[in-house]
Amino acid sequence: MIRDFFRVLHVNLSEGSGNIISVDGRDTVAGGSGLSALLFNKYAEMTAPWDDPCQPLILAIGPLTGYFPLMSKTVSAFKSPYHDQFTESHAGGRSALSMRFADIDGLVITGKSPALSCLVIDSNKIEIKNVNFLKGMDVSESGKILRRMFAGSGHRSILRIGPAGENKSAMACINVDTYRHFGRMGGGAVMGDKNLKAIAILGDADFEQPKDKKYRDLFDDVFQQITSTDMMKKYHNIGTPANIKPLNKLSSLPWRNLQSTSDPGADNISGEKFAEETLLRNGACSGCPVGCIHIGFVREKFMKDNRYMYRHVAYDYEPIFSAGSMLGITDSFSILSVMDEMEKAGLDAMSAGVALAWATEAMEKGYLSEQDTLLPLKFGEAGLYKKASAYLGRGVNDFYRLLAQGTLKAAEHYGGADFACVLGLEMAGYATGEVFFAAQSTSFRHSHLDCGGYTYDQQHEEKDVVKAVDFLMEDEASRLSLNCMVACLFARGVYKNGLLADCLHSVGYTALASNMNNVAGHVQKLRWQTRIKTGYNSGSITIPKRFFKVKTWKGPIDPAYLYSLKEHYSKRIFAFADPSNDSDSKT
Amino acid sequence: MIPLILKKTANSCTNKVSFMKNLTTPHMERCIGCHSCSLACARIVHKQISWNMSGIRIYSSGGISTGFEARFCLACNPAPCALACPTGAYSQRKGGGVIFKKKLCNHCGDCADACPVDAIYLARTGEPVVCIHCGQCVPYCPHNCLALIDPQTHKTAASVESII
Repeated sequence: MIRDFFRVLHVNLSEGSGNIISVDGRDTVAGGSGLSALLFNKYAEMTAPWDDPCQPLILAIGPLTGYFPLMSKTVSAFKSPYHDQFTESHAGGRSALSMRFADIDGLVITGKSPALSCLVIDSNKIEIKNVNFLKGMDVSESGKILRRMFAGSGHRSILRIGPAGENKSAMACINVDTYRHFGRMGGGAVMGDKNLKAIAILGDADFEQPKDKKYRDLFDDVFQQITSTDMMKKYHNIGTPANIKPLNKLSSLPWRNLQSTSDPGADNISGEKFAEETLLRNGACSGCPVGCIHIGFVREKFMKDNRYMYRHVAYDYEPIFSAGSMLGITDSFSILSVMDEMEKAGLDAMSAGVALAWATEAMEKGYLSEQDTLLPLKFGEAGLYKKASAYLGRGVNDFYRLLAQGTLKAAEHYGGADFACVLGLEMAGYATGEVFFAAQSTSFRHSHLDCGGYTYDQQHEEKDVVKAVDFLMEDEASRLSLNCMVACLFARGVYKNGLLADCLHSVGYTALASNMNNVAGHVQKLRWQTRIKTGYNSGSITIPKRFFKVKTWKGPIDPAYLYSLKEHYSKRIFAFADPSNDSDSKT
Repeated sequence: MIPLILKKTANSCTNKVSFMKNLTTPHMERCIGCHSCSLACARIVHKQISWNMSGIRIYSSGGISTGFEARFCLACNPAPCALACPTGAYSQRKGGGVIFKKKLCNHCGDCADACPVDAIYLARTGEPVVCIHCGQCVPYCPHNCLALIDPQTHKTAASVESII
């Protein structure tokens, strides 16, 4: 529905009540990331802890969701259990279109349910259903039951958590429609703390098509660009795992807890190998014809006499890095079997893999014993990592419960912080150089998706701090234009600012279309101001020594350059977010 | 991905053409669940933004087949929905399926009840939405799951080959 305000559903789980509210700000924050930040400021207590029942879990879509291809993602925002500050995580699946057709731009969940519950919404229903019987149930099993409980197969989105979320692990993800995730920063724990096992959103409303005749032609133009050009080929074909080989060749693929950045084993876990051996089929987020979801399988003999089971596991570059190269596993099916356990536990595979890689090296170096890990963790031993993933998700002892709060938290207690691969958050799979290390450790979501630091590293040999920081700030703003829509970032080559403005104009967002140049800067500032209000202090984010031992295609990491980048990037963020500069939205 | 080539489809969506092809789904096992077909039908035929107000709707299917199924008119002849219609809004379409005249419909829903494959969607107003086999959705499928075929001629080897 095109409207010049936001239609937001607020559900208070403590009271068991819901109400629809109208929120102004369409022309200044657009939606998605902007709407999330706006709603966080409206509902959150900046200084209260993340697990205070008053804190909101926010979901937001954008103004073009459902109206144009690849406008297919949802932003979640919350105070993170990982660092107790404002954060965001993004996911696709059917979440965005389900929210569109449930006729809400945003969903705000506050309070805490007295019993384990599922929130069920459609365009004319709000229900909080007791699901105590799902307590402790893994993501796969609970998914089957939830699908049976709620109508609307194919036109609904089911968000759910596993044991990790119920245990309030800071590495707990929110699983979206089985194959997608609000992965990072512990959104699953936020649901777990609210006693919210699942959210089922049925998209059952219909809207009149925009009257502007240009709309249909523009839709076809965009659809054609996406399906007829090579712009999306990478994601459609091998998918993101296409990065394995080139990054390994560039000495930028982290192996065995970043003890090396290249290994001949990469050929066995490349995107091409996964496609040849494990790829069952592809899937797509609703409203996206690209179909970048790559679904492989695990097949295991669980009993003699040829008794087998199989399960589908979606794979991407990042989990292949974290559950594969980072753990020294060089077999595609073994990697999928570890990812499968992480999925069932409801863990963010990236964080969990990096944490277990640290635990393995900590065992090698004597910081941890088998009494702590309960297993003789060893790089390359997938069977051990499967068990360790389940232990981590279920928090079976003090060690795993502490590790589930973050690798550095465990390292502070057990020692071994020097080789904890954490850059504000467990690292993403890009040992590309100083710019990426500075970017992930300092950026808003501590995500490789905040800005393209990894690309900059691969394209720039010179060490120009100002130029690099300019790039990081500007690239963040440019991505925010899409995150306010909320477009898939794979479409960033298609949806340039001019096209976005045309799309907005064609559906009737005339004022927003003409204000798009200011929206990204405004939202960028709002997000940073909000993060700072919740305690952001880049000075407290350290870069462990392991990162200074990395060798990339450019040679060894230059500590002076890395420190300088981090310091200048941080200063730029604080200067940019300074309320006294509020009239200036330029980055 | 199959590039979008927007060409005139064999059947007019006005239901006035006597030569009829039928929508088929020869390759649903390739479906990725993007809903591009449903969204296209809603947009082009029904002037709606919707994944329901469409002659073809995509549902996920669990179990061993795990993938997606398309729900759309299978071109019955005789069509039970047409036989059930008390107002003459539905009439038998040559080649299978129905011709639907919106202005004659009283929104009773008997057509949806009569359909053996749940192909008719009833909007909140009670208005039925049924596939008219116009083929507008076909070019939007990125994996060629859909095809518009002439049931009279598709028994030839060349025709069968075209949908393998």
